[in-house]
Amino acid sequence: MIQTKTIVQELVKKHGNNRESLIPVLQGIVEKNNYITDEDIIEIANTLDISAGEIYGTTSFYTFLDTEKRGKYVIRVCKSIIAVMKGKAEIIKTIENILNIKVGETTPDNKFSLLEANDIGWSDKEPSMLINEKVYTELTPEKTTEIIESYLRD
Amino acid sequence: MSEKIKKVDNIFSKDCNCKDILAKTLKKDKDSFIQELIDSGLKGRGGAGFPTGLKWKFAKMAEGDEKFVICNADEGEPGTFKDRVILQEVPQKVLGGMALCGHIIGAKKGFIYLRGEYAWMKQDLQKAIDEMHDAFKTMKLDFFIDIRMGSGAYVCGEETALIESMEGKRGEPRNKPPFPASIGFRGKPTVVNNVETLVYTLMIAHIGAPEFKSLGTADSAGSKVFSISGDTPIPGVYELELGMKLSDFVEEFGDGDTKAVQVGGASGFCVPRRKFNDTVIGFEGIPTGGSMMLFNSHRSMYNVLHNYLDFFVEESCGQCTPCRVGCQQLLKGIEAVKSKERDSSYLNELIKLSETMHTASKCGLGQSVANSFNSIVEEFTEEIMY
Ligand SMILES: Cc1cc2nc3c(=O)[nH]c(=O)nc-3n(C[C@H](O)[C@H](O)[C@H](O)COP(=O)(O)O)c2cc1C
Ligand code: SF4
Repeated sequence: MIQTKTIVQELVKKHGNNRESLIPVLQGIVEKNNYITDEDIIEIANTLDISAGEIYGTTSFYTFLDTEKRGKYVIRVCKSIIAVMKGKAEIIKTIENILNIKVGETTPDNKFSLLEANDIGWSDKEPSMLINEKVYTELTPEKTTEIIESYLRD
Repeated sequence: MSEKIKKVDNIFSKDCNCKDILAKTLKKDKDSFIQELIDSGLKGRGGAGFPTGLKWKFAKMAEGDEKFVICNADEGEPGTFKDRVILQEVPQKVLGGMALCGHIIGAKKGFIYLRGEYAWMKQDLQKAIDEMHDAFKTMKLDFFIDIRMGSGAYVCGEETALIESMEGKRGEPRNKPPFPASIGFRGKPTVVNNVETLVYTLMIAHIGAPEFKSLGTADSAGSKVFSISGDTPIPGVYELELGMKLSDFVEEFGDGDTKAVQVGGASGFCVPRRKFNDTVIGFEGIPTGGSMMLFNSHRSMYNVLHNYLDFFVEESCGQCTPCRVGCQQLLKGIEAVKSKERDSSYLNELIKLSETMHTASKCGLGQSVANSFNSIVEEFTEEIMY
Protein backbone atom coordinates (compact mmCIF):
# COMPACT_ATOMS: atom_id res chain seq x y z
CA MET A 1 0.00 0.00 0.00
CA ILE A 2 1.34 3.37 -0.99
CA GLN A 3 1.77 5.85 1.80
CA THR A 4 -1.41 7.80 2.55
CA LYS A 5 0.10 11.24 2.75
CA THR A 6 1.98 10.99 -0.53
CA ILE A 7 -0.89 9.62 -2.50
CA VAL A 8 -3.39 12.19 -1.18
CA GLN A 9 -0.99 15.06 -1.87
CA GLU A 10 -0.33 13.79 -5.37
CA LEU A 11 -4.03 13.45 -6.13
CA VAL A 12 -4.84 16.87 -4.77
CA LYS A 13 -2.08 18.36 -6.87
CA LYS A 14 -3.55 16.70 -9.93
CA HIS A 15 -7.23 17.49 -9.31
CA GLY A 16 -7.11 20.75 -7.41
CA ASN A 17 -7.54 21.86 -3.83
CA ASN A 18 -11.29 22.32 -3.65
CA ARG A 19 -14.55 20.58 -2.94
CA GLU A 20 -15.09 19.58 -6.56
CA SER A 21 -11.93 17.52 -6.52
CA LEU A 22 -13.08 15.43 -3.55
CA ILE A 23 -14.60 12.65 -5.62
CA PRO A 24 -11.76 12.47 -8.17
CA VAL A 25 -9.32 12.25 -5.22
CA LEU A 26 -11.34 9.46 -3.59
CA GLN A 27 -11.56 7.68 -6.95
CA GLY A 28 -7.81 7.98 -7.30
CA ILE A 29 -7.30 6.28 -3.94
CA VAL A 30 -9.63 3.44 -4.90
CA GLU A 31 -7.79 3.07 -8.21
CA LYS A 32 -4.52 2.60 -6.34
CA ASN A 33 -5.53 0.78 -3.16
CA ASN A 34 -9.06 -0.51 -3.90
CA TYR A 35 -10.59 0.99 -0.79
CA ILE A 36 -10.47 4.09 1.34
CA THR A 37 -9.10 3.98 4.88
CA ASP A 38 -9.86 6.25 7.83
CA GLU A 39 -6.35 7.58 7.50
CA ASP A 40 -7.04 8.58 3.90
CA ILE A 41 -10.19 10.39 4.96
CA ILE A 42 -8.42 12.33 7.70
CA GLU A 43 -5.58 13.26 5.37
CA ILE A 44 -8.04 14.52 2.75
CA ALA A 45 -10.05 16.37 5.40
CA ASN A 46 -6.92 18.24 6.48
CA THR A 47 -5.81 18.97 2.95
CA LEU A 48 -9.12 20.04 1.44
CA ASP A 49 -10.40 21.61 4.66
CA ILE A 50 -13.63 19.59 4.69
CA SER A 51 -14.77 17.77 7.84
CA ALA A 52 -13.97 14.07 7.99
CA GLY A 53 -17.66 13.38 8.68
CA GLU A 54 -18.64 15.17 5.51
CA ILE A 55 -16.14 13.15 3.51
CA TYR A 56 -17.35 9.94 5.06
CA GLY A 57 -20.93 10.93 4.19
CA THR A 58 -19.94 11.49 0.58
CA THR A 59 -17.91 8.30 0.35
CA SER A 60 -20.66 6.15 1.80
CA PHE A 61 -23.04 7.33 -0.90
CA TYR A 62 -21.07 5.76 -3.74
CA THR A 63 -20.81 2.00 -4.18
CA PHE A 64 -17.38 2.19 -5.80
CA LEU A 65 -15.91 4.41 -3.09
CA ASP A 66 -15.49 1.48 -0.75
CA THR A 67 -14.44 1.97 2.85
CA GLU A 68 -14.42 -1.74 3.56
CA LYS A 69 -11.15 -3.55 3.16
CA ARG A 70 -10.96 -5.01 -0.33
CA GLY A 71 -8.54 -7.26 -2.15
CA LYS A 72 -6.14 -6.29 -4.92
CA TYR A 73 -8.70 -7.50 -7.46
CA VAL A 74 -12.31 -6.58 -6.87
CA ILE A 75 -14.62 -8.82 -8.87
CA ARG A 76 -18.11 -7.46 -9.48
CA VAL A 77 -20.52 -9.84 -11.13
CA CYS A 78 -23.55 -8.22 -12.75
CA LYS A 79 -26.81 -9.23 -11.07
CA SER A 80 -29.36 -7.55 -13.35
CA ILE A 81 -32.43 -9.59 -14.29
CA ILE A 82 -30.92 -10.27 -17.71
CA ALA A 83 -27.69 -11.51 -16.08
CA VAL A 84 -29.77 -13.78 -13.86
CA MET A 85 -31.61 -15.15 -16.90
CA LYS A 86 -28.35 -15.82 -18.71
CA GLY A 87 -26.71 -17.79 -15.93
CA LYS A 88 -25.17 -15.42 -13.41
CA ALA A 89 -25.67 -17.92 -10.57
CA GLU A 90 -23.33 -20.41 -12.19
CA ILE A 91 -20.66 -17.77 -12.66
CA ILE A 92 -20.83 -16.84 -8.99
CA LYS A 93 -20.65 -20.50 -8.01
CA THR A 94 -17.61 -21.01 -10.22
CA ILE A 95 -15.75 -18.09 -8.68
CA GLU A 96 -16.76 -19.05 -5.14
CA ASN A 97 -15.39 -22.53 -5.72
CA ILE A 98 -12.08 -21.41 -7.14
CA LEU A 99 -11.41 -18.72 -4.55
CA ASN A 100 -13.13 -20.44 -1.68
CA ILE A 101 -14.98 -17.31 -0.61
CA LYS A 102 -18.61 -16.20 -0.73
CA VAL A 103 -20.09 -13.05 -2.24
CA GLY A 104 -19.08 -10.11 -0.06
CA GLU A 105 -15.88 -11.76 1.14
CA THR A 106 -12.16 -11.25 0.53
CA THR A 107 -9.58 -14.01 0.25
CA PRO A 108 -7.27 -14.32 3.30
CA ASP A 109 -4.27 -13.27 1.17
CA ASN A 110 -6.15 -10.04 0.27
CA LYS A 111 -5.88 -10.77 -3.40
CA PHE A 112 -9.57 -11.04 -4.38
CA SER A 113 -12.89 -9.66 -3.23
CA LEU A 114 -16.08 -11.06 -4.73
CA LEU A 115 -19.06 -8.72 -5.03
CA GLU A 116 -22.20 -8.34 -7.09
CA ALA A 117 -23.12 -5.17 -8.96
CA ASN A 118 -26.24 -3.70 -10.48
CA ASP A 119 -26.44 -3.54 -14.26
CA ILE A 120 -22.96 -2.80 -15.62
CA GLY A 121 -24.22 -2.08 -19.14
CA TRP A 122 -23.81 -5.37 -21.02
CA SER A 123 -27.31 -6.84 -21.21
CA ASP A 124 -26.54 -7.84 -24.80
CA LYS A 125 -23.67 -10.02 -23.56
CA GLU A 126 -24.54 -11.38 -20.14
CA PRO A 127 -23.31 -12.86 -17.91
CA SER A 128 -20.70 -10.18 -17.33
CA MET A 129 -18.33 -8.99 -14.64
CA LEU A 130 -15.83 -6.29 -13.84
CA ILE A 131 -12.44 -7.04 -12.34
CA ASN A 132 -11.31 -3.66 -11.10
CA GLU A 133 -11.90 -1.56 -14.22
CA LYS A 134 -11.72 -4.35 -16.79
CA VAL A 135 -14.86 -5.87 -18.19
CA TYR A 136 -15.50 -9.51 -19.16
CA THR A 137 -18.64 -10.56 -21.02
CA GLU A 138 -20.49 -13.61 -22.33
CA LEU A 139 -19.08 -15.62 -19.47
CA THR A 140 -19.36 -19.36 -19.17
CA PRO A 141 -18.06 -21.33 -16.19
CA GLU A 142 -15.08 -22.44 -18.32
CA LYS A 143 -14.26 -18.95 -19.49
CA THR A 144 -14.64 -17.61 -15.95
CA THR A 145 -12.27 -20.26 -14.62
CA GLU A 146 -9.67 -19.31 -17.20
CA ILE A 147 -9.96 -15.62 -16.35
CA ILE A 148 -9.73 -16.11 -12.60
CA GLU A 149 -6.81 -18.49 -13.01
CA SER A 150 -4.93 -15.93 -15.07
CA TYR A 151 -5.30 -13.50 -12.16
CA LEU A 152 -4.23 -16.19 -9.71
CA ARG A 153 -0.99 -16.59 -11.61
CA ASP A 154 -0.43 -12.87 -11.53
CA MET B 1 -36.13 -6.99 -41.00
CA SER B 2 -39.94 -7.02 -41.33
CA GLU B 3 -41.45 -4.21 -43.35
CA LYS B 4 -43.30 -2.86 -40.37
CA ILE B 5 -40.13 -2.10 -38.43
CA LYS B 6 -37.94 0.49 -40.05
CA LYS B 7 -34.25 0.23 -39.37
CA VAL B 8 -32.43 3.54 -39.61
CA ASP B 9 -28.77 4.33 -40.14
CA ASN B 10 -28.25 7.79 -38.79
CA ILE B 11 -26.49 7.71 -35.42
CA PHE B 12 -23.84 5.20 -36.48
CA SER B 13 -23.49 6.19 -40.12
CA LYS B 14 -19.90 7.00 -40.91
CA ASP B 15 -20.51 8.63 -44.29
CA CYS B 16 -20.51 12.11 -42.85
CA ASN B 17 -17.72 14.13 -41.36
CA CYS B 18 -18.80 15.52 -38.05
CA LYS B 19 -16.04 18.12 -38.02
CA ASP B 20 -17.32 19.50 -41.34
CA ILE B 21 -20.89 19.50 -40.06
CA LEU B 22 -19.80 21.36 -36.96
CA ALA B 23 -17.68 23.89 -38.87
CA LYS B 24 -20.55 24.58 -41.25
CA THR B 25 -23.13 24.97 -38.48
CA LEU B 26 -20.91 27.32 -36.48
CA LYS B 27 -21.29 29.85 -39.30
CA LYS B 28 -25.08 29.81 -39.11
CA ASP B 29 -27.29 32.06 -37.03
CA LYS B 30 -27.70 30.62 -33.53
CA ASP B 31 -31.38 31.38 -33.12
CA SER B 32 -32.25 29.88 -36.45
CA PHE B 33 -30.47 26.65 -35.49
CA ILE B 34 -32.44 26.55 -32.24
CA GLN B 35 -35.58 27.01 -34.32
CA GLU B 36 -34.47 24.15 -36.55
CA LEU B 37 -34.06 21.93 -33.49
CA ILE B 38 -37.49 22.93 -32.21
CA ASP B 39 -39.02 22.29 -35.64
CA SER B 40 -37.38 18.89 -35.81
CA GLY B 41 -39.43 17.77 -32.81
CA LEU B 42 -36.36 16.15 -31.20
CA LYS B 43 -37.08 15.14 -27.62
CA GLY B 44 -34.48 14.04 -25.07
CA ARG B 45 -33.40 10.44 -25.47
CA GLY B 46 -32.45 9.93 -21.81
CA GLY B 47 -35.95 9.06 -20.72
CA ALA B 48 -37.76 12.23 -19.69
CA GLY B 49 -38.32 13.42 -23.25
CA PHE B 50 -38.00 17.18 -22.86
CA PRO B 51 -37.83 19.03 -26.23
CA THR B 52 -34.13 19.57 -26.86
CA GLY B 53 -34.51 22.80 -28.83
CA LEU B 54 -36.42 24.41 -25.98
CA LYS B 55 -33.84 23.30 -23.43
CA TRP B 56 -31.07 24.93 -25.48
CA LYS B 57 -33.18 28.02 -25.96
CA PHE B 58 -33.74 28.45 -22.20
CA ALA B 59 -30.04 27.96 -21.52
CA LYS B 60 -29.12 30.46 -24.22
CA MET B 61 -31.51 33.04 -22.80
CA ALA B 62 -30.43 32.45 -19.19
CA GLU B 63 -28.12 35.05 -17.67
CA GLY B 64 -24.74 33.78 -16.59
CA ASP B 65 -21.09 34.81 -16.86
CA GLU B 66 -20.31 31.14 -17.41
CA LYS B 67 -22.37 28.27 -18.82
CA PHE B 68 -21.84 24.53 -19.12
CA VAL B 69 -22.73 21.57 -21.30
CA ILE B 70 -22.95 18.16 -19.69
CA CYS B 71 -23.21 14.91 -21.59
CA ASN B 72 -25.06 12.42 -19.42
CA ALA B 73 -23.26 9.11 -19.90
CA ASP B 74 -24.37 7.56 -16.64
CA GLU B 75 -26.51 4.95 -18.42
CA GLY B 76 -27.60 3.03 -15.34
CA GLU B 77 -31.10 1.94 -16.28
CA PRO B 78 -31.25 -1.87 -16.25
CA GLY B 79 -31.22 -3.17 -19.80
CA THR B 80 -29.68 -0.18 -21.52
CA PHE B 81 -26.29 -0.20 -23.15
CA LYS B 82 -26.79 1.94 -26.25
CA ASP B 83 -24.78 4.90 -24.93
CA ARG B 84 -21.89 2.52 -24.39
CA VAL B 85 -22.01 1.53 -28.06
CA ILE B 86 -22.46 5.12 -29.27
CA LEU B 87 -19.47 6.30 -27.21
CA GLN B 88 -17.38 3.43 -28.55
CA GLU B 89 -18.43 3.67 -32.20
CA VAL B 90 -18.96 7.37 -32.86
CA PRO B 91 -17.45 9.40 -30.01
CA GLN B 92 -16.66 12.30 -32.39
CA LYS B 93 -20.36 12.78 -33.03
CA VAL B 94 -21.11 13.03 -29.32
CA LEU B 95 -18.29 15.55 -28.87
CA GLY B 96 -19.46 17.45 -31.95
CA GLY B 97 -22.97 17.70 -30.48
CA MET B 98 -21.54 18.98 -27.21
CA ALA B 99 -19.47 21.61 -28.99
CA LEU B 100 -22.45 22.68 -31.04
CA CYS B 101 -24.50 23.09 -27.87
CA GLY B 102 -21.68 25.06 -26.26
CA HIS B 103 -21.47 27.39 -29.23
CA ILE B 104 -25.23 27.95 -29.30
CA ILE B 105 -25.81 28.57 -25.59
CA GLY B 106 -22.49 30.33 -24.95
CA ALA B 107 -20.64 27.67 -22.94
CA LYS B 108 -16.90 27.22 -23.18
CA LYS B 109 -16.69 24.12 -21.08
CA GLY B 110 -18.28 20.70 -21.44
CA PHE B 111 -18.19 17.58 -19.29
CA ILE B 112 -18.90 13.96 -19.98
CA TYR B 113 -20.23 12.33 -16.83
CA LEU B 114 -19.17 8.75 -17.49
CA ARG B 115 -20.44 5.98 -15.23
CA GLY B 116 -17.77 4.22 -13.18
CA GLU B 117 -18.73 0.91 -14.77
CA TYR B 118 -17.44 2.29 -18.09
CA ALA B 119 -14.00 3.26 -16.78
CA TRP B 120 -12.53 0.78 -19.29
CA MET B 121 -13.44 3.14 -22.15
CA LYS B 122 -12.01 6.26 -20.56
CA GLN B 123 -8.69 6.14 -22.40
CA ASP B 124 -10.21 5.78 -25.85
CA LEU B 125 -12.69 8.52 -25.09
CA GLN B 126 -9.92 10.83 -23.92
CA LYS B 127 -8.07 10.17 -27.16
CA ALA B 128 -11.15 11.17 -29.16
CA ILE B 129 -11.47 14.31 -27.03
CA ASP B 130 -7.84 15.30 -27.58
CA GLU B 131 -8.27 14.91 -31.31
CA MET B 132 -11.47 16.93 -31.25
CA HIS B 133 -9.77 19.70 -29.27
CA ASP B 134 -7.34 20.12 -32.15
CA ALA B 135 -10.24 20.40 -34.56
CA PHE B 136 -11.90 23.03 -32.35
CA LYS B 137 -8.70 25.08 -32.52
CA THR B 138 -8.69 24.96 -36.30
CA MET B 139 -12.28 26.13 -36.28
CA LYS B 140 -11.41 28.86 -33.77
CA LEU B 141 -13.97 27.42 -31.42
CA ASP B 142 -13.25 28.07 -27.76
CA PHE B 143 -14.55 24.86 -26.19
CA PHE B 144 -12.94 22.35 -23.86
CA ILE B 145 -14.25 18.94 -22.82
CA ASP B 146 -13.40 17.01 -19.66
CA ILE B 147 -14.43 13.60 -18.39
CA ARG B 148 -15.85 13.23 -14.88
CA MET B 149 -16.30 9.72 -13.58
CA GLY B 150 -19.29 8.37 -11.70
CA SER B 151 -18.82 5.91 -8.88
CA GLY B 152 -21.59 3.37 -9.07
CA ALA B 153 -24.76 5.23 -8.11
CA TYR B 154 -27.76 4.88 -10.44
CA VAL B 155 -29.49 8.00 -9.13
CA CYS B 156 -26.56 10.11 -10.36
CA GLY B 157 -28.07 9.76 -13.84
CA GLU B 158 -30.79 12.11 -12.65
CA GLU B 159 -29.54 15.45 -13.91
CA THR B 160 -29.53 17.39 -10.64
CA ALA B 161 -28.01 14.48 -8.70
CA LEU B 162 -25.38 14.32 -11.43
CA ILE B 163 -24.59 17.97 -10.88
CA GLU B 164 -24.36 17.51 -7.11
CA SER B 165 -21.98 14.63 -7.74
CA MET B 166 -19.84 16.76 -10.06
CA GLU B 167 -19.67 19.36 -7.33
CA GLY B 168 -18.10 16.76 -5.05
CA LYS B 169 -21.14 15.88 -2.98
CA ARG B 170 -23.52 13.00 -2.35
CA GLY B 171 -25.57 12.51 -5.49
CA GLU B 172 -28.88 13.58 -4.02
CA PRO B 173 -31.38 15.08 -6.45
CA ARG B 174 -32.29 18.74 -6.02
CA ASN B 175 -35.76 20.22 -6.08
CA LYS B 176 -36.93 21.26 -9.55
CA PRO B 177 -37.51 24.04 -10.46
CA PRO B 178 -35.08 25.65 -10.82
CA PHE B 179 -34.00 23.50 -13.75
CA PRO B 180 -30.33 23.16 -14.68
CA ALA B 181 -30.87 25.29 -17.79
CA SER B 182 -31.19 28.27 -15.44
CA ILE B 183 -29.33 27.11 -12.31
CA GLY B 184 -27.09 24.10 -12.88
CA PHE B 185 -23.44 23.19 -12.36
CA ARG B 186 -21.77 25.68 -9.98
CA GLY B 187 -25.11 27.49 -10.00
CA LYS B 188 -24.68 28.44 -13.66
CA PRO B 189 -26.95 27.75 -16.66
CA THR B 190 -26.26 24.20 -17.77
CA VAL B 191 -27.58 21.96 -20.51
CA VAL B 192 -27.65 18.30 -19.50
CA ASN B 193 -28.32 16.04 -22.46
CA ASN B 194 -28.16 12.34 -23.02
CA VAL B 195 -25.36 10.92 -25.21
CA GLU B 196 -27.78 9.96 -27.99
CA THR B 197 -29.64 13.29 -27.91
CA LEU B 198 -26.38 15.13 -28.53
CA VAL B 199 -25.62 13.00 -31.58
CA TYR B 200 -29.08 13.71 -33.00
CA THR B 201 -28.55 17.46 -32.65
CA LEU B 202 -25.49 17.16 -34.88
CA MET B 203 -27.34 14.92 -37.32
CA ILE B 204 -30.18 17.43 -37.51
CA ALA B 205 -27.61 20.09 -38.33
CA HIS B 206 -26.51 17.79 -41.13
CA ILE B 207 -29.77 16.52 -42.62
CA GLY B 208 -32.17 19.28 -41.51
CA ALA B 209 -35.39 19.15 -39.51
CA PRO B 210 -37.69 18.06 -42.37
CA GLU B 211 -35.68 14.94 -43.13
CA PHE B 212 -35.33 14.08 -39.44
CA LYS B 213 -39.05 14.25 -38.81
CA SER B 214 -39.99 12.51 -42.02
CA LEU B 215 -39.60 9.48 -39.76
CA GLY B 216 -41.63 8.80 -36.64
CA THR B 217 -44.96 10.30 -35.63
CA ALA B 218 -46.28 13.71 -34.65
CA ASP B 219 -45.44 13.13 -30.97
CA SER B 220 -42.34 11.05 -31.51
CA ALA B 221 -40.33 12.51 -34.33
CA GLY B 222 -37.42 10.64 -35.84
CA SER B 223 -35.68 7.49 -34.81
CA LYS B 224 -34.17 6.22 -31.59
CA VAL B 225 -31.48 3.80 -30.51
CA PHE B 226 -32.84 0.74 -28.70
CA SER B 227 -31.01 -1.66 -26.41
CA ILE B 228 -32.60 -5.05 -26.95
CA SER B 229 -31.95 -7.90 -24.56
CA GLY B 230 -33.40 -10.91 -22.77
CA ASP B 231 -35.16 -13.72 -24.57
CA THR B 232 -34.24 -12.70 -28.08
CA PRO B 233 -32.04 -14.49 -30.59
CA ILE B 234 -30.55 -11.16 -31.67
CA PRO B 235 -29.71 -8.98 -28.66
CA GLY B 236 -27.96 -5.72 -29.44
CA VAL B 237 -28.29 -2.07 -30.35
CA TYR B 238 -30.68 -1.04 -33.12
CA GLU B 239 -31.69 2.36 -34.41
CA LEU B 240 -35.39 2.16 -35.25
CA GLU B 241 -38.12 4.52 -36.35
CA LEU B 242 -40.24 5.68 -33.41
CA GLY B 243 -43.96 4.96 -33.21
CA MET B 244 -43.81 1.22 -33.98
CA LYS B 245 -46.33 -1.22 -32.65
CA LEU B 246 -45.01 -3.49 -29.94
CA SER B 247 -46.47 -6.52 -31.76
CA ASP B 248 -44.30 -5.73 -34.79
CA PHE B 249 -41.30 -5.28 -32.53
CA VAL B 250 -41.89 -8.65 -30.92
CA GLU B 251 -42.35 -10.31 -34.28
CA GLU B 252 -38.93 -9.02 -35.27
CA PHE B 253 -36.98 -9.52 -32.07
CA GLY B 254 -38.89 -12.11 -30.03
CA ASP B 255 -38.07 -15.80 -29.77
CA GLY B 256 -41.58 -16.88 -30.76
CA ASP B 257 -42.67 -17.29 -27.15
CA THR B 258 -42.57 -13.73 -25.81
CA LYS B 259 -44.75 -13.35 -22.74
CA ALA B 260 -43.95 -9.77 -21.82
CA VAL B 261 -41.72 -6.88 -22.78
CA GLN B 262 -40.30 -4.48 -20.24
CA VAL B 263 -40.26 -1.13 -22.01
CA GLY B 264 -37.93 1.46 -20.49
CA GLY B 265 -36.04 -0.63 -17.97
CA ALA B 266 -36.90 -1.21 -14.32
CA SER B 267 -38.40 2.32 -14.25
CA GLY B 268 -40.57 1.55 -17.26
CA PHE B 269 -43.67 -0.51 -17.96
CA CYS B 270 -44.14 -4.21 -18.34
CA VAL B 271 -46.44 -4.97 -21.26
CA PRO B 272 -48.07 -8.43 -21.39
CA ARG B 273 -48.67 -10.32 -24.62
CA ARG B 274 -52.37 -9.45 -24.82
CA LYS B 275 -51.50 -5.77 -25.08
CA PHE B 276 -48.74 -6.02 -27.72
CA ASN B 277 -51.17 -5.08 -30.47
CA ASP B 278 -52.39 -1.88 -28.82
CA THR B 279 -49.07 -0.61 -27.59
CA VAL B 280 -47.14 2.05 -29.45
CA ILE B 281 -43.48 2.68 -28.62
CA GLY B 282 -43.07 6.43 -28.41
CA PHE B 283 -44.12 9.46 -26.43
CA GLU B 284 -47.80 8.97 -27.35
CA GLY B 285 -47.70 5.40 -26.06
CA ILE B 286 -44.98 4.00 -23.87
CA PRO B 287 -41.80 6.05 -24.00
CA THR B 288 -38.43 4.46 -23.39
CA GLY B 289 -34.89 5.58 -22.87
CA GLY B 290 -34.10 2.61 -25.08
CA SER B 291 -34.23 -0.42 -22.82
CA MET B 292 -36.35 -3.25 -24.24
CA MET B 293 -36.15 -6.49 -22.26
CA LEU B 294 -38.00 -9.51 -23.60
CA PHE B 295 -39.29 -12.30 -21.38
CA ASN B 296 -40.59 -15.63 -22.62
CA SER B 297 -43.08 -17.94 -20.97
CA HIS B 298 -40.40 -19.73 -18.94
CA ARG B 299 -39.65 -16.64 -16.90
CA SER B 300 -41.17 -15.95 -13.52
CA MET B 301 -42.48 -12.41 -13.38
CA TYR B 302 -42.22 -12.59 -9.59
CA ASN B 303 -38.46 -13.00 -9.98
CA VAL B 304 -38.38 -10.15 -12.45
CA LEU B 305 -40.24 -7.80 -10.11
CA HIS B 306 -38.20 -8.95 -7.12
CA ASN B 307 -35.01 -8.17 -9.01
CA TYR B 308 -36.24 -4.65 -9.88
CA LEU B 309 -37.30 -3.93 -6.30
CA ASP B 310 -33.96 -5.12 -4.96
CA PHE B 311 -32.39 -2.69 -7.38
CA PHE B 312 -34.57 0.22 -6.23
CA VAL B 313 -33.99 -0.53 -2.55
CA GLU B 314 -30.25 -0.38 -3.15
CA GLU B 315 -30.29 2.64 -5.41
CA SER B 316 -32.81 4.88 -3.63
CA CYS B 317 -30.71 7.75 -2.31
CA GLY B 318 -32.77 7.73 0.88
CA GLN B 319 -33.30 11.45 0.87
CA CYS B 320 -37.10 11.33 0.91
CA THR B 321 -39.28 9.02 2.97
CA PRO B 322 -41.86 7.84 0.41
CA CYS B 323 -39.13 6.39 -1.77
CA ARG B 324 -36.75 5.16 0.92
CA VAL B 325 -39.40 3.38 2.98
CA GLY B 326 -41.73 2.66 0.06
CA CYS B 327 -39.17 0.65 -1.94
CA GLN B 328 -38.43 -1.53 1.09
CA GLN B 329 -42.10 -2.05 1.89
CA LEU B 330 -42.95 -3.03 -1.67
CA LEU B 331 -40.17 -5.60 -1.64
CA LYS B 332 -41.17 -7.02 1.74
CA GLY B 333 -44.79 -6.87 0.62
CA ILE B 334 -44.45 -9.14 -2.40
CA GLU B 335 -42.31 -11.51 -0.35
CA ALA B 336 -45.09 -11.67 2.25
CA VAL B 337 -47.70 -12.40 -0.38
CA LYS B 338 -45.53 -15.06 -1.97
CA SER B 339 -44.96 -16.81 1.35
CA LYS B 340 -48.70 -16.61 2.12
CA GLU B 341 -48.06 -14.50 5.17
CA ARG B 342 -50.46 -12.05 3.53
CA ASP B 343 -53.36 -12.72 1.21
CA SER B 344 -53.83 -11.32 -2.26
CA SER B 345 -55.83 -8.30 -1.09
CA TYR B 346 -52.56 -6.98 0.32
CA LEU B 347 -51.42 -6.40 -3.25
CA ASN B 348 -54.03 -3.65 -3.56
CA GLU B 349 -52.55 -1.92 -0.56
CA LEU B 350 -49.12 -2.18 -2.12
CA ILE B 351 -50.44 -0.65 -5.33
CA LYS B 352 -51.82 2.25 -3.30
CA LEU B 353 -48.42 2.66 -1.70
CA SER B 354 -46.68 2.76 -5.06
CA GLU B 355 -49.18 5.40 -6.18
CA THR B 356 -48.35 7.47 -3.12
CA MET B 357 -44.68 7.11 -4.00
CA HIS B 358 -45.52 8.30 -7.48
CA THR B 359 -47.05 11.53 -6.16
CA ALA B 360 -44.89 12.18 -3.13
CA SER B 361 -41.33 11.23 -4.16
CA LYS B 362 -38.84 13.94 -4.91
CA CYS B 363 -37.27 12.58 -8.08
CA GLY B 364 -37.96 10.30 -11.00
CA LEU B 365 -36.55 7.25 -9.24
CA GLY B 366 -39.18 7.08 -6.52
CA GLN B 367 -41.86 8.40 -8.86
CA SER B 368 -41.44 5.68 -11.44
CA VAL B 369 -41.25 2.56 -9.26
CA ALA B 370 -45.04 2.39 -9.67
CA ASN B 371 -44.65 1.89 -13.44
CA SER B 372 -43.11 -1.54 -13.28
CA PHE B 373 -44.68 -2.47 -9.94
CA ASN B 374 -48.27 -1.83 -10.95
CA SER B 375 -47.95 -3.19 -14.46
CA ILE B 376 -46.43 -6.47 -13.26
CA VAL B 377 -48.68 -6.92 -10.22
CA GLU B 378 -51.83 -6.15 -12.20
CA GLU B 379 -50.98 -8.20 -15.25
CA PHE B 380 -49.30 -11.15 -13.54
CA THR B 381 -51.13 -11.30 -10.22
CA GLU B 382 -51.13 -15.09 -10.16
CA GLU B 383 -47.40 -15.31 -10.68
CA ILE B 384 -46.87 -12.96 -7.76
CA MET B 385 -49.17 -15.00 -5.52
CA TYR B 386 -48.19 -18.58 -6.32
C1 LIG C 1 -33.16 7.94 -11.42
C2 LIG C 1 -32.87 8.58 -12.75
C3 LIG C 1 -31.81 8.12 -13.51
C4 LIG C 1 -31.53 8.70 -14.75
N1 LIG C 1 -30.48 8.21 -15.46
C5 LIG C 1 -30.19 8.79 -16.66
C6 LIG C 1 -29.08 8.33 -17.42
O1 LIG C 1 -28.38 7.40 -17.02
N2 LIG C 1 -28.82 8.92 -18.61
C7 LIG C 1 -29.59 9.96 -19.07
O2 LIG C 1 -29.31 10.50 -20.13
N3 LIG C 1 -30.64 10.42 -18.38
C8 LIG C 1 -30.95 9.86 -17.18
N4 LIG C 1 -32.00 10.36 -16.46
C9 LIG C 1 -32.73 11.52 -17.00
C10 LIG C 1 -32.00 12.83 -16.67
O3 LIG C 1 -32.48 13.32 -15.43
C11 LIG C 1 -32.25 13.92 -17.71
O4 LIG C 1 -33.61 14.03 -17.92
C12 LIG C 1 -31.58 13.67 -19.03
O5 LIG C 1 -30.20 13.44 -18.88
C13 LIG C 1 -31.77 14.86 -19.94
O6 LIG C 1 -31.24 14.62 -21.21
P1 LIG C 1 -32.15 14.44 -22.49
O7 LIG C 1 -33.14 15.57 -22.49
O8 LIG C 1 -31.20 14.51 -23.62
O9 LIG C 1 -32.81 13.12 -22.37
C14 LIG C 1 -32.33 9.77 -15.23
C15 LIG C 1 -33.40 10.21 -14.47
C16 LIG C 1 -33.69 9.63 -13.25
C17 LIG C 1 -34.84 10.13 -12.46
S1 SF4 D 1 -37.26 9.70 -4.88
FE1 SF4 D 1 -35.78 8.25 -4.02
S2 SF4 D 1 -33.93 8.59 -5.20
FE2 SF4 D 1 -35.26 10.36 -5.56
S3 SF4 D 1 -34.69 11.87 -4.03
FE3 SF4 D 1 -36.30 10.65 -3.09
S4 SF4 D 1 -35.21 9.02 -2.00
FE4 SF4 D 1 -33.76 9.92 -3.43
